[in-house]
Parts: sequence; C-alpha cells; structure tokens
Amino acid sequence: MEFVEAVLLTVITASTPLLLAASGELVVERAGVLNLGVEGMMIVGGACGFAGAYLTGSIAIGALCGILAGAALSAVFAAVTLGLAANQVASGLALTILGVGLSGLIGAGYVGQKIDGAGHLYIPYVTDIPLIGKVIFGENAFVYFSIALLIGIWYFLYRTRAGLILRAVGDNHASAHALGYPVLRIRMLAVLFGGACAGLGGAYLPLAYTPFWVSGMTAGRGWIALALVVFASWLPFRLMVGAYLFGGITILQLHAQATGLGIPSQLMSSLPYLATILVLVAISWVRGRRGSPAPASLGLAFVPDR
Amino acid sequence: MRLALERRAERSIAMALVSPLIAVALTLATGALLFALLGKPPVEALKIYFFEPLTDPWALQEIAVKATPLVLIAVGLSLCYLANVWNIGAEGQFLIGAITGGWLAVATHGTGAGYWVLPAMLVLGALGGAAYALVPAVFRVRFGASEILTSLMLVYVAELLLDYLVRGPWRDPKGFNFPTTAEFDAVAAMPTLIEGSRLHLGAIIALLVVAWATVMLGRTLKGFEIKLVGAAPRAARFGGFSDKWLTVVTFLISGALAGLAGVIEVSATVNHLQPNISPGYGFTAIIVAFLGRLNPAGILVAALFLALTFIGGESAQISLKVPLDLTKVFQGILLFYVLACDTLILYRFRLLPAPKAVHGIR
Repeated sequence: MEFVEAVLLTVITASTPLLLAASGELVVERAGVLNLGVEGMMIVGGACGFAGAYLTGSIAIGALCGILAGAALSAVFAAVTLGLAANQVASGLALTILGVGLSGLIGAGYVGQKIDGAGHLYIPYVTDIPLIGKVIFGENAFVYFSIALLIGIWYFLYRTRAGLILRAVGDNHASAHALGYPVLRIRMLAVLFGGACAGLGGAYLPLAYTPFWVSGMTAGRGWIALALVVFASWLPFRLMVGAYLFGGITILQLHAQATGLGIPSQLMSSLPYLATILVLVAISWVRGRRGSPAPASLGLAFVPDR
Repeated sequence: MRLALERRAERSIAMALVSPLIAVALTLATGALLFALLGKPPVEALKIYFFEPLTDPWALQEIAVKATPLVLIAVGLSLCYLANVWNIGAEGQFLIGAITGGWLAVATHGTGAGYWVLPAMLVLGALGGAAYALVPAVFRVRFGASEILTSLMLVYVAELLLDYLVRGPWRDPKGFNFPTTAEFDAVAAMPTLIEGSRLHLGAIIALLVVAWATVMLGRTLKGFEIKLVGAAPRAARFGGFSDKWLTVVTFLISGALAGLAGVIEVSATVNHLQPNISPGYGFTAIIVAFLGRLNPAGILVAALFLALTFIGGESAQISLKVPLDLTKVFQGILLFYVLACDTLILYRFRLLPAPKAVHGIR
C-alpha cells in the first residue's frame, strides 16, 4: 500500500515538468509554429527560477522568474522565425544551444546552493486518507497548476472563438490571413505562451523536484515534451496521459536502479529516451495511411502579402 | 509606417555572400555587449577571444585540429539539410563511430597487430556511424516517425552507451579505476602531419571530403537529386526521384562522416575512449553547416571560425575568468544571426504605409 502510494506520488512529481512544457508547446504547434527550443527555454527557466528563489527566498517569485525567462527566450525565436521568416527547425536548435549556454552562465554562481523546495498542500484528515489522500490532496502548487493549465488550454482551444481562430491559423495560415486575422501576431502570442510554460516547467525542477541547481538538469525533458505533443496527436487531454506515462517510465527506471538487479544503470537511464523513440514509431505506424493529425501549416513560414 | 518583408524577384547573390559576414559582425557586437554585462572590458575581451588565437602558432594548429571533426560532420549534415532531411543527432553518430572504431583499438591492444589496425578502425567508425544514422532514417521512411526527435533521442542513448563501456567491460584494468580504456597502441594512432605537432592526417581526410562533396553536389546526378528534392519536392517526385530513398542515403552519408569524425578524434587527439570525448562537435557542426551556407567550401571556412570560438572560449576562461558556457552562448547567437541574415537573400525590407482598413469579413 505504502509502496503504491510512494510510486504514485513520485510519478506525478516526475511528470509535472513534462506536462507544463508540453502544454505550452501544444498551443504553439496548434498555431502552426514548431519551436524545437523547448529544452533551451526549460533550462534557462530552471536557472533563473533557482536564482530568483535563492535571492528572494520565495518559490513563487522563483517560478515567476522562470516564466519570464522562458518567455524572453521565446521572444528571440519569435523575432527570427515570425519577423524574419527564418527556418523554424534550425532556429529552434539555435534556441536550445543558446539556452544551454545561458543557463550555465546564469547558474554558475548557484552550484552547490540549497533552497527550501516548494511546500505541499495539507488539509487535515483529507490528506491523511490512505493511498489517495496524499496523491490527490498533498501535492505542491505546481502540480495543481499544471492540471488547471491543461483544462484552461482545452477550454480555450475548443470552447472559445479565440481558440478557434488560433487553430485556424495553424491549419491554414493563408486562409486565416485572407479572412483578416493577424496571423503573425497570433503566432507570436502563442510562442510567448509556450516559452512561459517551458520556463515554468524548467523552474519546477530546481524549485520542487530537487531543491538545488545542477547544470544540464533538464536532461532532455524538453525534447521528450516535444515528442509528447506528437504522441498526444495535438489533443490536450491525451497529453496528460502521455506525460504521466513518461513520468512513470522515469520513476520505474529509478526504482529498478535502486533494487540493484544487476542491470547496468546506463541502460536504465536510457529507458526514457528509448521509450520516446518507441512511442513515436508506434504512434506514427498506427496512424499509418490515415495521415498525420498535425496542424497543416506546422513549421511553415508565413510572410503576409502587403 | 511599418516595416515589412517583401519577396525579391530572384535570390540576391550579393546577400548570399555577405550574409554570413554580417552574421559574424553582429555576433561580435553582441559579444562585446555580453562581456560588458559580465563586467569585462569588451574590446580587450573580444581581442582575447577572437583575435589572439590567430597570432599564436600553437593555437592556429589547435584551430585546425578542432575544425577537422566539424568539417567532416557539417559536410554530411549539409547534404541532409539541402534535401530537407533533418538529422540533428550527429553527436550520437560521432560517439558511435568512436565506439565501433575504438573497439578495434581496444581489442588489438597489446597483441602486436600490424599497420592494418588504423585503416580498419576508420572503416569501422564510418560503418558504425552510418548504421546508427540508419535507425532514424528507417523509422522515418517506414513508419513516418519524426527524424528530428528520434535522431536527437539517440544522442542521449549513445552517451550512456559510451559511459557504460568505459566504466564497465572496456575499462583499463590498470587505469586506477578511472573511466577510460587502455591507451591506444601506436598502430591505432592517427599519424601527425608534422613531427611534434598535433596537426594530424584527419585534416587531409577532411579536405578530401570537402573536395568530394563539391564535385558530388555540383557535377553528379545524385547531387542534383539532393538539391531538387529539397528545393522542389513535388517536381522531384514527377521527375521520378524517390524522396524516401534519398532520406536513407543522406542519413547514411552524414552518419558515416560523423562516425569517421568520431574515430579520427579518438585516434588522433584523445588516444583512448572516455565518457566526454566531444565538446558538442555534433551540435556545433549544425551551426557550421548553416554558416557555410550548406556549401562544402563555405563549410571549410565556417568550421575554422567555430573552431576559433572553442579555442577563444578556452583562453578566455583562463585569462578572463568567464565560464566556458560562454562559447555555447556565442554559438547559439551566431546561428540566430545567420538564419536571420539568410532572410535577406530571399526578401528585402520595405517601409509600407500603415494599413488603412481591414479587408474581408471579420
């Protein structure tokens, strides 16, 4: 019983950064922009988030720093890919390289420092319910926020006019432009939102997952978040399934390493990456001839004619 | 008034030549700003970073040594990118080449094997890199899985595999528990070009690859096919070219070149296998490919410049006490500027009057 509870708790903690970053990228891609720089925005969000929390002693301010840093970095991407119609794949890679470097510069002074991690919700009696009490009512604020965010994104995309317009921009930017919608402005807002989410997802790592800063601590989570969006077929609630599945794999390999079954630790550590490849191949194969559900204008540059 | 992009009637040849230079100039200007922010004298810092290595014979050699893997990898990547195929996992293919080629050096260590070892290592390295690159290519053409994500994921797997090998089965029993293999024998080491220098035969191999790629792209049907599939995929299909087959071919070539770069790097400069044999050559080579405008000769120049950022970064770390990560920051900024300036080849800026009324229905 206690083991199951511990596993559930750790799965949720491991999934939340993936869910946050992937939720933002889902909106970006739904607007027709492929921002491959999630890893870079996450890691800068992590470094700035830790710096903010360390200097002010407030987790909330740290989270805000992460959000702002992620959004600021995504603004560079927006300027180059939207303002100058540059290649989105290459620009996303540039953003990752830049982000990894910047995080090293920013984080250099904080290596080895510790903070008090984010606190957990506690409701007397309710949180004490065995098995599910802590899992549902004993998480940190990031976890609840990530779920609220996902519901908000679903509502926005499928129940509001603005969400419909955003999807139209992603599916056919020429038609959306012809109807008079400001394609580039909508895309820019989406990219900034995605950057903010990635920054928050990155900040989660040093603020709630492990309460210290290690350079390179995102360890490819940004890329896994990108794969999750594909896995989810660009649908918000499937994203949640995917994120918890991948959090589960991360935790599974950690538990397997702890038991010392004699399996090389490197093989266990590579499981999340191998699983990502496997899932991408499987999902693409299952879709087969039905065609990809990706937004039709995904990754294509748009230059308005006058 | 507002600034807008307007498509040029045809590609601007002048901008194609000038845009990488503008990008480098803008990177230097941004670099000065960054140094000022870090509290270092900007002009002095730029001098140490970008110019002093050019005046020191040792550093010049070291630039050529670091440019060698960058040229090899970037030439392969440029073929992919020209064909609109996105191999971004060259770092992994580089590591696997080092592993498969290095395996022979480890296996023949101390057996007194002859001079066939090094050539065989190079072949094995290229084959290993190509085989590793085949995985994302096949997943792409057979199942439609994004080669961007799968090739990148395989980088992490390759890093962990190398880590496992040098800590586990291949670790030097006499190595004081350090995670490295035994030192390679003399027959497994890349010969140097000049006695006592670090400049090695790999530099010549890189030049040969540049020459081969120039001829292949400019004068052969395969080169035409690569450029056509990338520029006009529909026309290429009508012309009977298979974009699936080309995806596999470009991945194989770029994987083989990255693998070759990997085995050359370990046999020439490191001389054994250890967990960190690459300062990110596979990723820096992506920048080299774009800065060189996906052209073999351009790549040669671009690789020398990015090798300079590695050397400058190291000397700036020592004399200016700035973190080594600054190199990555410069490299990222450079790629952004290159991509931004490339826009000017196809477009120009026009000042347009502010839009008066919104057309159409809202």
